[in-house]
Amino acid sequence: MMKALTFTLNGDQTRVEVDPGELLLDVLRRRLFLTGTKKGCGEGECGACTVLLDGQPVLACLLPAMKVQGRAVTTIEGLGHEQRLHPVQEAFLEKGAVQCGFCTPGMVLSSKSLLDGQPQPSEDEIKQALSGHLCRCTGYVQILEAVKDAAEKMTRAEGRKGHA
Amino acid sequence: MNIQDYLVPHHVDECLAMLNAWGGRGRLVAGGTDLVASLEYGKAQAEALIDISAMEDLMGFEIQDHELVVRAGSTHRQVSAAPRIRQLWPALSKACGSVGSPQIRNVATLAGNVVNAQPAADAAVALVALGARAEILSSGGRRLEAVENLYGGLGQSRIDSSREILVALRVPVPDAGEVNVYGRVSPRNSLCLPIVNAALSLKTAGGTVLSGRIAMGPVSDRPFRPERAEAALQGVALKDRAALSEVGRIAGEEANPRDSCLRGCSDYRRQLLTVLIRTLLEDAAAQTAEEA
Repeated sequence: MMKALTFTLNGDQTRVEVDPGELLLDVLRRRLFLTGTKKGCGEGECGACTVLLDGQPVLACLLPAMKVQGRAVTTIEGLGHEQRLHPVQEAFLEKGAVQCGFCTPGMVLSSKSLLDGQPQPSEDEIKQALSGHLCRCTGYVQILEAVKDAAEKMTRAEGRKGHA
Repeated sequence: MNIQDYLVPHHVDECLAMLNAWGGRGRLVAGGTDLVASLEYGKAQAEALIDISAMEDLMGFEIQDHELVVRAGSTHRQVSAAPRIRQLWPALSKACGSVGSPQIRNVATLAGNVVNAQPAADAAVALVALGARAEILSSGGRRLEAVENLYGGLGQSRIDSSREILVALRVPVPDAGEVNVYGRVSPRNSLCLPIVNAALSLKTAGGTVLSGRIAMGPVSDRPFRPERAEAALQGVALKDRAALSEVGRIAGEEANPRDSCLRGCSDYRRQLLTVLIRTLLEDAAAQTAEEA
């Protein structure tokens, strides 16, 4: 028996019919065609499928879709668009933190969640926040630099807003 | 997975009624991070999932009657981040902060860490050392069991989550002079099961150990308490490094880790454990000295 799942997806109220045991990752990719959320290991060990649930990073590959009933999910598609990237996305591009790009959506979302709660994180806090993501191309240093740069960008933008 | 229904009860009675209605074919899910993988790989079976993670009466934790009561909906993140828990039960706080990754800790619960019954489970190892008890409800009534008695073999819990609910974990508040510590050795800090882990809870007076509980993993089919090492702890002066090393040596001797391609050979893991226990005893000694 299919279940009706209603939740906020990237700011929009969304209703979709799902199988009772269907995983959020499959609902996002196969039913809603949001393929920015990647399937890596499929068992919670790589972080590629990370999305934000009520602002906190979670793994879509281990989350029954029905768990998001009435809650807010943010995927990489909800962060920015080609004409106007989110500061974290901008920083990842500028600092060379993207190579094959497979781990990037998850990394960007965990970084956004960190910076929303802690606008000026220490290096250790950044490493801790990204500790649930594996990358096999960039070597992590550029990713660390990108998050620091994004923190500066977002703090400057907040400052401008404050003075406006 | 062949799940036919996904149910979300609002209170414990409704949850028990749902379990009864499914007659053993329904199964509780809290965070689901272990259960989903087990269902996907066919290691667990269920026809209905009954989600207890949003039940109001299973939310949060508090100190009640000289016990920390951690209700079943509490996640590893919530417990590891709580300042009061970090202060009184640093072993539990640190163990909860070691589980999986931030994404997993955001949804995985302590209760799930116990019910999943894995010998390496960080939080469960700490709970055993701390002498925690589990409060379990079924249609037959309520029972309290020591967490260490809930294991029926590798990955086998004595809690039947198709018929019973672990509603809360109860951890005694440490008295004056009691200290607790936790540590693990793993190839990397996240997304990694430990090669070995251990937690200690010691009652001390004037720099001497009166008694102690040690739990270690994964060196048996459950979080393991080395009886001889615990006996050897009694009367040990915390500044006597040779005596602390001897306790570590005995604990290593009692452990029975498997040879593992991922975690190293048995002898190596025993050696690590010997050093880990000694190091944790030294940490405990430093904590006691600070408090004195």
